[in-house]
Order: sequence, then C-alpha cells, then structure tokens
Amino acid sequence: MIRNVISYAFSTPAAAMLMIFAVSDLHAAPAAEANTIVLKDFHFSPMSLTVPAGATVIWKNLDGEPHTVVSDAGLFRSGGLDQDDSFTFKFDKPGTYRFICSIHPSMMGTIVVK
Amino acid sequence: MSTEFPFAQTRRGALRCLAFGGAGTLFVLSGGVLAPVDLALGATKSTPMAKAGTPLFVQISDTHIGFKADANPDVAGTVKQTIDLVNAMPNKPAFIMHTGDITHLSKPEEFDRAQQLLSDLKVTELHTVPGEHDVIDGPGAEYFKRFGKASDNKGYYSFDHDGVHFVALVNVMNFKANGLGALGNDQLTWLENDLKSRSSSTPIVVFAHMPLWTIYENWGWGTGDADQAMSYLKRFGSVTVLNGHIHQIVQKVEGNITFHTARSMAYPQPAAGNGPGPGPLKVPSEQLPKLLGVTSVAIAPMPGALTLTDTTLA
Repeated sequence: MIRNVISYAFSTPAAAMLMIFAVSDLHAAPAAEANTIVLKDFHFSPMSLTVPAGATVIWKNLDGEPHTVVSDAGLFRSGGLDQDDSFTFKFDKPGTYRFICSIHPSMMGTIVVK
Repeated sequence: MSTEFPFAQTRRGALRCLAFGGAGTLFVLSGGVLAPVDLALGATKSTPMAKAGTPLFVQISDTHIGFKADANPDVAGTVKQTIDLVNAMPNKPAFIMHTGDITHLSKPEEFDRAQQLLSDLKVTELHTVPGEHDVIDGPGAEYFKRFGKASDNKGYYSFDHDGVHFVALVNVMNFKANGLGALGNDQLTWLENDLKSRSSSTPIVVFAHMPLWTIYENWGWGTGDADQAMSYLKRFGSVTVLNGHIHQIVQKVEGNITFHTARSMAYPQPAAGNGPGPGPLKVPSEQLPKLLGVTSVAIAPMPGALTLTDTTLA
C-alpha cells in the first residue's frame, strides 16, 4: 500500500517537482544561516568564516552606523549598508579573502574558501 | 545659545579656562601667540560673539542627510534650524566651511537634498571637504561630481581670505589599517609645496573631516600621518585646525597649533571609549538641540587675532 502511494506521487510531474523543491530547501536553509556574517558593535561576527567553493556569503549590518564590506584585493565592494541592509557575494575559487569596512577599517574579517 | 570660554597658554589663562570650563569655546590667536581673551567678553552669554569682531567664516559639519534612525528622525529639520541660526547672525560670515559627512550614505538623492537645504544659507561662498560618509562610493564618484571642481577632483585645495591662508585637506580616502584616517604622500607633498612660499606670520586655518590629532585610536579618531602635516605647519605663528567627524567638541593646543572639532548638525556621538563604538547616540529629544551646533570664527578686536565660538541650537 505504501509503495503504491509513493509510486503514484512520482507518477505526476508536479508532485515530483514539489519533492525536489522540498529537498533543496532543506539543504539551503541551514547553509544560508551558516554563511552569514553580521556587522554589530563595529565588529564582523564571526571575524573568520570557512565555506566550500561556490558558497554565497551574506553580510548583514545590525548597527545604527552604516558600514561597508570591501575586499582588500578589490574582488568585491558593497555600497553603504544602512541598518538591516545586506550584501552577498559568491565565492567560486578556493583561497583566503580578507575584507574590511571602508568607513571603519579597524573592522576586519576573513573568508576562507576550501 | 552661544557660549565661549578663553583658551590660553598662560597659567593665568589656564585657570580662567578652568573657571569657565564646559561653557563653550573662545580662543584668540594673536601675532602667532595664543593670547587670553577678555574674560567679560568670553564669559558673558549676553554678549554676542559677533560683536567681538567681523565673523570671518562659520564651520558647519556632519549634516548626515539621509540619516533617519532614532538618534534624530528629523535631520533635515535640525539642519534647517542650524541654517536659520547662521542666517540670523548680525554680521554675515564671508563664507561657510562644511567639514564633511554632508550625506549619510553618499547617495545622489542625499546630495540633492543636502545641496537644496544648504542653498538656504545667506552666504554666497560654501567650501567643503568630504567625510567618509560622502565617499562610500569611492574616489571620483558622487561627492567629486558635485564638489570636486575647486580641487581638480583631488578633494584638497587652498585659498586666501582676509590675509588668512586656508587649507582644505582630505583624510577619508585611504584609511590606515588601524582605522585612523590618512592624508597620503601625494597630498602631503602638495601641502608642503602649498605652504613653502608663505611667510611664517601668515595665519593658517586647516580643515579636514577627521581629527588631525589622535583623540581615540581604538575608534579611529585621528589621522595616521598627521604628524608629517604638522611638521610643515609648526613654523607658522598661528595655526588653527578644524575638524568634524566625532560629533562633539574636543580641543587641544600644541605650540602655536590649536585643534578643535565641531558639533554635528544631525546627531551626537558618545565620548571616546564610552560604549561599543562611535555610533549615533540617542538622547532625550529635549536635549538634542543642546548637542548640535556650529563653530563661528571671527577676527577679534586685537590685530591679527581669530576667535572661535561654538553655538548650539538650544
């Protein structure tokens, strides 16, 4: 009986699509959280983050003061991030990427891509 | 409210300064030596500073147009009030100097709004230096499109007025790793050449957004290579260095160089080291006008003297 239900579900393309979305969502949700750096009290937190190649990192500013996220190698540069604004960048190649807030450059962080 | 207190090198002057500490600012630079100012003038709030002499210029700073958080939900309103304050001065200053952070996020619409507000100033000449909030989009962008002409897009320039040599510097484009501002070698070379031909008796006024002396390194409140600039300035008998950035008044005298930071027209910031960082400081709304204001600089009755007066909105 159970086997029948599953085979029935897969027999309709729409249902199969739903299953796929459900599965990918399950993977995406925790990964997005893990790749988030918050800007709070004039610090990047965490200051260092290791991600697999192809990962997208999200920076979110929680401070009342604007910040930026600027790669020291010129790879990426956010605009001014007001409170609750976010910036994302996808890291394709393995390596170590350093970044600062260009307005408050004592704020430093590192992304290690493996 | 306009308040002043004497700022002097002499012991007597220092004691007077203590007596009136916290009231405001007035200091006189005369013939290359800081001289104590007439106490009655400095201490009497009913004596408008304008009567002390011809106002030479007014320094405004940190308008942060585009800021809308709790520390001041109506920045345009306080900027307007400050402009009214300047326009109400009995003797019009020759020019206005905006020491940066005109906008909050360097956005074109913020610059538009700022320029629209500042156009209400009944003073024809407006000089500017950029703050770090004005150049978030990098060199050659929005700030320079609007204010770059005076300096051939370098941002730094000099001009003369009433026998005083004015130097406008940029220390927000290339920060030091520790967060301090920097002038950079090109600008330092330009400054050295700009000052070389001037006689040491020429009064010098220097503008830059970030303080040109280290007030608090942990928050980047200083300029890493300012000492080099000061080495070119120290031979002059009268040097006044005016900055913004920290949204409060801090001052220092070193030899013939007087350093002074201005209040913001938008929102206050905490005193150095007080809290997690130099973000906007939320104060009760009735206190806010007392923490916002401008600095006016006048030629004092004694020959060749400058006076500085800080004025708040309330």
